[in-house]
Amino acid sequence: MHRTANVRSRLFRNRLFEILVFVPGILVTVPFLLVLYHVIAKGIQVINWNLLFSLPKPVGEVGGGIANAIVGTITVVIIAAIVSVPIGVSAGIYLSESRKSRLAGITRMAANLLQSVPSIVIGIVMYSWIVVPLRSFSGFAGGIALAVMMFPVIVKSTEETVNLVPSGLKEASMALGARYHVTILRIVIPTSLSGILSGITLAGARVAGETAPLLFTAFGSPFFNFNIFKPVGAVPLVIYDYAKSPYDNWIQLAWGASFVLIALVLALNLVVRLIKLVHRGYQ
Amino acid sequence: MLGEKLFRAVLVTSTLLVTLLVAGIFVTLVGGSLESIATFGLRFLFSTTWDPVKGVFGAATFIVGTLLTSFLALIISLPFSLGVGILLGEYYNRGAVAGTIGVIIDLLASIPSVVYGFWGIAVLVPLVRGLEAKIGVTPYGVGIFTSSLILAVMIVPYSASIASEVIRLVPGDMKRAAYALGSTRYEVVRKIVLTYAQSGILAGIMLSLGRALGETMAVTMVIGNVSKLPTTIFSPGNTLASVIASEFTESTSALHQSAMIELALVLFLLTTLINWIAHQTISRMRNRNA
Repeated sequence: MHRTANVRSRLFRNRLFEILVFVPGILVTVPFLLVLYHVIAKGIQVINWNLLFSLPKPVGEVGGGIANAIVGTITVVIIAAIVSVPIGVSAGIYLSESRKSRLAGITRMAANLLQSVPSIVIGIVMYSWIVVPLRSFSGFAGGIALAVMMFPVIVKSTEETVNLVPSGLKEASMALGARYHVTILRIVIPTSLSGILSGITLAGARVAGETAPLLFTAFGSPFFNFNIFKPVGAVPLVIYDYAKSPYDNWIQLAWGASFVLIALVLALNLVVRLIKLVHRGYQ
Repeated sequence: MLGEKLFRAVLVTSTLLVTLLVAGIFVTLVGGSLESIATFGLRFLFSTTWDPVKGVFGAATFIVGTLLTSFLALIISLPFSLGVGILLGEYYNRGAVAGTIGVIIDLLASIPSVVYGFWGIAVLVPLVRGLEAKIGVTPYGVGIFTSSLILAVMIVPYSASIASEVIRLVPGDMKRAAYALGSTRYEVVRKIVLTYAQSGILAGIMLSLGRALGETMAVTMVIGNVSKLPTTIFSPGNTLASVIASEFTESTSALHQSAMIELALVLFLLTTLINWIAHQTISRMRNRNA
């Protein structure tokens, strides 16, 4: 086939553009794989029972673990979930049910803005609201700071899934004489449960790795602490403290802690995908 | 009907709480900054002095540091977010390739900031130090440039996912009409797809800028924490977020603490403004296609 110079140059540019699009698409996966590689390669060498189940040792002594931080992270995330789930889900349902109301419009905007507030700012505000009046850094303050970060994610994902509930289902329930709250609790929530749960898990995964909001709230502690009104440790805080340290032993522990944290976050992300997959299977 | 009313009240109260929370954050930040605002006034924003010993505080160094790292990160990330956006939105909008890259982009966003920071200290800083030695600048390793590299990796997922979403919204009719006129795929993408999706893509980029401005841990760990105006992009520095993270618990006086809360207020206003514009643009795009 005869092609004029013009067509050839256009086809050439087309080919060139394809390369320009594909190369960054491949390159973008490189940092992820590198971070993953380093964390796994260095973390696996230090992961053992001791790391997971024992307390940190004083400076200079080899060994020690991050058990207190793992317990601390679990504690603050559970506090965050207890506070944010009921309120977030209720607000999400309201937004979906009163889609056009003025309050809904304002709240949607507020949720977007809340999501954009830098986590360090949330840390400072919770310091003023909780740490100052109670006169102590605490796991409780850390949990509330994380709850504030979970809200927008839960509100939005709940609204989106509840929007998908067919109105026929709700109308059928109302037609049978069920009251509004019965319809919501027995029809709407069960129908959209998988979406709501995956939203909550996603929010949990996101805050479990947060450090900045915990700096001035949970603060960190080298001991086990079951009093939520006292400072507690957290895995991200351990990484931050140890990463800057000059001791090789602590750097090793930081790799171990990073491994634990990445494993936790990726596992939670996997759970989200599984929930969605199982749900799709049902439909 | 008591149950009914109570139920409604719970829903409305929860909804109100989200809005009140944002208002409460703003009020608290303003309240906490009052002492600093009263002492320094507008000079706070333009002074480059940050001296806890003498009790003189100005935010300009950190505002410059924040804008410099964020915009540099934005420039570095731009080809990647556009490339991935076009790749996932236009070339492979379904199938195994799109699925794999999409999952990796998601996971890229889920890696905790502190892990990026630690990885930065252990892997990236030595590399940058080598580079700096080669091109003949002081080889700190840490600094504005290193922070921007890490930030770029961290914000790509946000702009790329919004870009691919709005590119998918481009009406097929328009593309098919262009193909029927004999356009190549490149011409369709450049003249139809990008023209149609440009405001949405821009909004995604602004959203990622908002992320970069407020990003704390990774930057704090690799920027060098020096409260001096950076002279080159390889200088160590500090951002609004990184100075708060590294100094807040060690604040020496009430004024020092208040000045840091004012830094947080500046950061809050900056990110809120950027995000508000971005969200307005995105919702306008979605409404146009609904």
